[in-house]
Amino acid sequence: MIRCVDIYKSFADKLVLSGINFDIQSGEIFGLLGPSGAGKTTLIKILTGQLPFESGYAFTLGKNVGDLSGEDKRNIGIMMDEFGVYERFSCIENLKIFADIYGVAHVKIKDTLEIVGLGDAVKVKAKNLSKGMRTRLQLARVFLHSPKIIFLDEPTSGLDPQTMKSIHRIILDKKKSGATIFLTTHNMEEAAALCDTVALLNEGVIVEKGSPKEICRKYNHQKKIELHLSSGEDVLLPHGKESAGEIYKLFEAESVETIHSSEPNLETVFLELTGRKLQEDA
Amino acid sequence: MKNVIVIIKKQIKDTIKNKTVLIQFVLFPVMTLIMENAMKIKDMPELFITKLFSVMYIGMAPLTAVAAIISEEKEKNTLRVLMMANVAPGQYLTGVGIYVWTVCMAGAAVMATGFEQKDILLYLATMGIGFAISIVLGGCIGIFANNQMAATSLVMPVMAVLSFGPMLALFNDTIEKAARFLYTQQIRVFLDNMTVDRSTGKGAVIIAVNAAVLILLFFTAFKRKELGK
Ligand SMILES: Nc1ncnc2c1ncn2[C@@H]1O[C@H](COP(=O)(O)OP(=O)(O)OP(=O)(O)O)[C@@H](O)[C@H]1O
Ligand SMILES: [Mg+2]
Repeated sequence: MIRCVDIYKSFADKLVLSGINFDIQSGEIFGLLGPSGAGKTTLIKILTGQLPFESGYAFTLGKNVGDLSGEDKRNIGIMMDEFGVYERFSCIENLKIFADIYGVAHVKIKDTLEIVGLGDAVKVKAKNLSKGMRTRLQLARVFLHSPKIIFLDEPTSGLDPQTMKSIHRIILDKKKSGATIFLTTHNMEEAAALCDTVALLNEGVIVEKGSPKEICRKYNHQKKIELHLSSGEDVLLPHGKESAGEIYKLFEAESVETIHSSEPNLETVFLELTGRKLQEDA
Repeated sequence: MKNVIVIIKKQIKDTIKNKTVLIQFVLFPVMTLIMENAMKIKDMPELFITKLFSVMYIGMAPLTAVAAIISEEKEKNTLRVLMMANVAPGQYLTGVGIYVWTVCMAGAAVMATGFEQKDILLYLATMGIGFAISIVLGGCIGIFANNQMAATSLVMPVMAVLSFGPMLALFNDTIEKAARFLYTQQIRVFLDNMTVDRSTGKGAVIIAVNAAVLILLFFTAFKRKELGK
């Protein structure tokens, strides 16, 4: 569906993307995870034909992005954080404009607003929407014409955890209906919860990619098992047969409350690979 | 064509919501009606106020409206969304142009009520040409300006020259000599006589040259500044 081959892009003298390679399969959620300034938005712009680049190839819908036709654009939905809405128009009026452009029946507008959780705010003017509702309206615009590929640039940045979860559910539902989704984020929990594949992007270089679980397993150097005991104590045991006796004893004494392998999360993997944190405030 | 209609429909819906643009459309027609009926000064030429305001209407409303509409869409980043939805820049500009022209013509129709029946058509045709030229100029400003502030600061001086030039030309010969080259001044001169005769030709040439220069400027701007990028 989407393919990048050795993409290089620079602004003036500054190299922003250097040698990006990946493939995205149809129907998957692909997450580009990286800190601010890594080049995430730049890559979305390239893949949607909004930005020229120096070398390499970018394919969307199996086509060179330079050759995307009007009909192809109809099959692509894009939400960028800087995209605006018509402030003086209500949610439904905003969507009517795009329904007319895409030739979508007006009956579908209300359904789409329901799907994104704006069913009760149909007539609310965009300027009176909260940040979360505004994001939902943007999502509704992207979903309206049922595109095959959806690009979401930081769809949940700046939202409270509850709204974020609800947006995640909407995105996962969209995946179920067969869409391929490309999203960017600097939130590793979001990437782990949503994405089939993630690529870790740092300063224009993809330092690792794969399924979130795979990546975490790959960087599980310490190989430990973590037990939380009813006494409140935490015990870290080596992951191997030498621990079997100890674990058996603890279970027999019924003192184990939880047990799990202590794998790193995407955040720690990123830190290990780049020496940088994903989020400044994290 | 479908996209042009979508843009026109969107703008029509926005007419009542967007007060800053609405006032531009309504102000002159309403003022004309009021002043023409309230002020009865002896020796004042017939329809003096209407004709004067008509020229100011041409020099202000379409210019401000077009520049405001385009620059707002740029500033609020809604133009980019339209372009991504495969609305071509030309379609967008055509839609905005047709919309503003039509609304201005409606305003002109109100102002035309004072004219004798035989003059109405000629008056409307003249106004229509004037609006069209102003719309092209407004389009240039809208394309150049990246936000509403920039658009306003460009519109203000241009508007002042186009609207007040012809008015001041009535009282000052030097200004009249310079204002002669403005399409608004030529339209004012034409509206004063309201007859097509030999002297009309020269005015028409000046108006045509104005239009040609502005259309050229428009396409240069259009090519240089990629709209919505
Ligand atoms: N139009 C531009 N001109 C010059 N430099 C740019 C331009 N757009 C982006 N950059 C630079 O490219 C780098 C990558 O920017 P980009 O917006 O792709 O980052 P990002 O990963 O999306 O960051 P964020 O998480 O903050 O959105 C940044 O250093 C930025 O300053
Ligand atoms: Mg970004």
